[in-house]
Amino acid sequence: MRLILTVNGADHAVDLDPRTTLLDALRHDLDLTGTKKGCDHGQCGACTVLVNGQRINACLALAVMHDGDEITTVEGLGEVDHLSPLQSAFLTHDGFQCGFCTPGQLVSATAMLTELHDGWASHVTENLTETLTAQPTSRAEIAERMSGNLCRCACYPGIVAAIEEVVVRSRADREAAE
Amino acid sequence: MTETLKLDGPSREALLDRAAQGAIGRGLDRPEGPLKVTGQAGYAADARLDGMVHGVLARARQTGTITDHRLEALKAMPGVVLVLTDGIPRNPAQGAVPTAPPAADGVAYTGQPTALIVAERFEDAWHAALAYDPQITPVAHDLDPETAATVETPEDKQRADDGWQDTWDAAPTKVDVTVTTPSLTSAPMEPHAAIAMWEGDQLTLRGGLQMLKFNRKSLADALDMPVAKIRLLAPYVGGGFGSKLGVAQEAVAAALAAKQLGRPVSVVMHRRQVFEATMRRSESRQRIRLACDDAGIIRATAQEYRVSNLPGEAFSEPVARADRAFYATDKLKITHEIARIHRMAAGSVRAPGEAIGIPAFEMALDELAEAAGIDPLELRLKNTVEADPISGLPFSSYPLADTLKAGAKAFGWQHRPPRQQQEGEWWIGQGLASAIRGHFAAEAEARVSLTAQGAIVETDQTDIGTGSYAILRQITGEMLGLDPADVEVRLGDTAFPPAFGSGGSAGAASSGTAVLLACRALRKRIAASLDAAPDDLTLKDGHVIHGNRRTALAQIVPQEGWCEQGHVAAGDISDKVRTTTCGAMFAQVAVNAVTGEIRVRQMHGTFAAGRILNHKTATSQCHGGLIWGIGMALMEELHHDPRDGAVVNRDFAQFHIPANADVPPLSVDFLDAADDWGGPLGALGLGELSISGAAGAILNAVHNAAGIRIRDMPATPDKVLDALDKLGS
Ligand code: FES
Ligand code: FES
Repeated sequence: MRLILTVNGADHAVDLDPRTTLLDALRHDLDLTGTKKGCDHGQCGACTVLVNGQRINACLALAVMHDGDEITTVEGLGEVDHLSPLQSAFLTHDGFQCGFCTPGQLVSATAMLTELHDGWASHVTENLTETLTAQPTSRAEIAERMSGNLCRCACYPGIVAAIEEVVVRSRADREAAE
Repeated sequence: MTETLKLDGPSREALLDRAAQGAIGRGLDRPEGPLKVTGQAGYAADARLDGMVHGVLARARQTGTITDHRLEALKAMPGVVLVLTDGIPRNPAQGAVPTAPPAADGVAYTGQPTALIVAERFEDAWHAALAYDPQITPVAHDLDPETAATVETPEDKQRADDGWQDTWDAAPTKVDVTVTTPSLTSAPMEPHAAIAMWEGDQLTLRGGLQMLKFNRKSLADALDMPVAKIRLLAPYVGGGFGSKLGVAQEAVAAALAAKQLGRPVSVVMHRRQVFEATMRRSESRQRIRLACDDAGIIRATAQEYRVSNLPGEAFSEPVARADRAFYATDKLKITHEIARIHRMAAGSVRAPGEAIGIPAFEMALDELAEAAGIDPLELRLKNTVEADPISGLPFSSYPLADTLKAGAKAFGWQHRPPRQQQEGEWWIGQGLASAIRGHFAAEAEARVSLTAQGAIVETDQTDIGTGSYAILRQITGEMLGLDPADVEVRLGDTAFPPAFGSGGSAGAASSGTAVLLACRALRKRIAASLDAAPDDLTLKDGHVIHGNRRTALAQIVPQEGWCEQGHVAAGDISDKVRTTTCGAMFAQVAVNAVTGEIRVRQMHGTFAAGRILNHKTATSQCHGGLIWGIGMALMEELHHDPRDGAVVNRDFAQFHIPANADVPPLSVDFLDAADDWGGPLGALGLGELSISGAAGAILNAVHNAAGIRIRDMPATPDKVLDALDKLGS
C-alpha cells in the first residue's frame, strides 16, 4: 500500500505490505533505528513514538493507519550536540545503562510532560479538584506515568530524577515568564 | 611493546591514589550517553546493509524426534528465500566457553527453534515461521526436578566435615529452613539479535554478545572455520545479565543463512523466544540448617541444594559457591544435586549462585536470630570472619562488619519484634541481608595510542550498560594526565586486542588493568624522551611536570603518536587470598493484611568492592541489583507447564519485572577503598554484588512487618494471604 509517513517533519512516500507495523516501517523501511523493539507486543514501551504529539506503542500500530499523521521519534527530539532538556537530564542523572529502553523512555517522558501540563490526572493523583499544573509533581506521579516503559537495567531512580529536574525547571521558567 | 603483568600478589598503582588528574572515581557522565539518548547508538539489530534479508526462527511445539520438517509449503510462501534446518544449535553456549553451542539432536525442550525462515520482508518471514509445523515423534522426558530419574551429585561439589552431626546435636539453638526459588530469566530489553555478512570467506557478525573473545572462537567452532576469519562487532549491547555470554541460535543461524544466500541476513529473536529458548536461571530447592551456641556463634552449617539443567550441560547454578565460607562455622556440610530434565537450558543469570543462594542463606540467618533472641544485625556482626573459616586463607579485604554498621546507620536500623507497626491495612517492618559475591581476576588485553590530540583506547571489551566506556576513559585520563574528554574509547570489535568481556563482574577490573598497563608503557616512552624515571613524572592537564619543568605533551609526542599494549593475566592470587566483595542491604516494606500485597517502601545498600572507578555508574549498577532483588522477592517467576516443561508466561505481560512504580526511594553508598590484591586498580567486581542478597532483605522485612515467613519465592499475594491465615490474623 502506498502512503505518506511524516516523521520528524520529513515526508516519506512508502509502499508497504499492509501487515507492516509502524515500528517496522520506521526501522526497516525508513532506516530510523533509534526506535527499539523490545517485545513487539505492547508490553515494554521501547518502541514509543509520538503520533500527533501523543505517545503510542509503535509495535501495536499498523503503518497504514498513520498515513498523513505527524510522527516523532527519538531522532526528532534532539541531536548529539543539541540535546533536548530531557536528553541532557538523562545524561546527568544516569537515567540509563545499556541505553536500549532509552529512546522509548525519552519519547514517553516528552509526551508525559505535555500530559502533565495539560492537567491529565493519573492513578496516583491525589488532588483532583485543583488543576495539576498548580500542584507540585511528586516522584510517585512521575513513576506512575512512566511505568509503561520497562527498563531491565532498572535505571528508574535516574529516570525519575531526570524528569523531575525538567518538570521543576520548566515550571520555574513558566512562572518567571508569567 | 606490550606491558604485561601477572597477578600474583599485591600490585596497587600509586598514581591512582595520588590522582593528580582527578579523573579516577569521579561520577563522570557516560561518554557514549549522547549517542544513546538520541537513538544513534547502533545495537546488533540496527545495521541496515545492502541487500539484507530477514530471518525468523521457528519453534518446535513438542519434544521428540523430527521425522519431517514439512518445508514444501513454507518454501512456497510469498517472499520466502530460504528455509534452514541444519546447524541450528540446541541452546546457547555457556559463558566463557570457546567451543560451539551444543548441537541439536531432535527437540530437547518445548519451544526449541529448529528452523530459520528467511524472506525479503520481515512480515513474510514472520508469517512463514508461524506456519512451521514439523512432524515430531514425541519422546517422554523428565520435566520436574523433584521427580527426575537422573540426579547427579558431582564429587567436587559436595562436602561433609567429620563430626558435623555431633556439633549439630550439641548446639542449643538451631534452625532448619527450606527456601525454594523458581526458574528466572535475564530478560535484557534488547532481544538477542545478529546480522551476518560474508565477504568471500570472511564473516562479519554484528551481535548482542557479552564476551567477544570467547564468542568468536565458539562461532568459529560452530561454523567449522578459522577464528581469524571472523570479525564480531558489538559496540552497544542492550543489556546482557548473563543471557548473552555465549553464542546463541540466532548468531549461528544468521551466519549459515547469509553464507547460503550470499546476502546479509538479520535474525532477531522475538521476545517470546528470548524467554523460552535462551537461558533460564535454574529453579532451586535450598535446605539450610544453622546451629549456634549461646553466644550466637554459628557452629554447624549445612546447605543442601537441588538445581537442574538439560542433559549434557556442564553448568549448574553454583548456589553453594560463595556463602559457604563467609560467616563463622566450625563444621560444614554441602550437598549439590543436579536434576537432569527437559526444561529449556539453564545458564548464568546475573550473579549465578549468589543471586539466589545468598538471599536464602540470609533468610535462614534471620530465623536463627529470632530463635536465638538476637538482633539480626548483631548476629551477623558476631559471625563475621577475618579469614575463610574453611580454607584458612585470609581475605584480601572483607569489611562486611563495616558495611553492616555503616548501612545500619544510614538506613536507621532499629531492631523490633515482628508485628509492631501498623498503618491502616498495612503492616510495616524492616529487614536486612548481607551482600556477598566472589571476585576473580581475568586475562585481558588493550591498546592505547597517544597523540598530540589525546588518547585512543581499543579493546574488544563490551559495555552492556556496565560503564566500560566511562571507566576506561577515566583510567586513561588519570594515567596519562589527560582530560577524560580527550580520551576516545573504542569497544566491542574483535579487530581490537582481546579482553575478557562482560561476565562475572570481571570486565571492569580486567580490561581496566590492561588499559592501565598500556598507559604505563606510554609513560615510560614519555619518561625516556625526557631522560627521566617514569616515577618522577607528574602528568596532568596534557602536560608533563618533571622537576621544575612543565612541558606540553603535544611537544613530546611525535606526530605519528605512540601506541602501546597492556596485557594482564590472572596469576595465582586465588591460592594466596580470598578476594570477595560484600555489603549490607536494608529494606522497609509494607504488607497489606487484606489484599496480601507487598510494597517495598525504601531500600539502602552500603557496598565494598575495592576502589570505585566511577561513582555515578557504580551507583546505577547497585540500584539495578537492588531492584532485581525486588523482582526476585515479589514477582519474577517462569512457570513451566507440568505436561511439557514449556515456559507458559513467555512475555512481559505475564513475567513481571519491576516497573518504575514498583521502585521506592533507594540509597546507595560505598566503602571506597582500593584492595591491594585487586590488581593495580585496586578495584573488584561490582555489577552483581547488589543482587546477591537483596531479595533476602525484603523477605526478612516481610516477616518483621507481618510475622510471616515466605520461603517460596516470589512472595505473591496468594502466599501472603495463606501465611496470614495460618497465623490466624
Ligand atoms: S516493542 Fe512495542 S511495547 Fe515493546
Ligand atoms: S537502560 Fe538498559 S534497559 Fe533501560
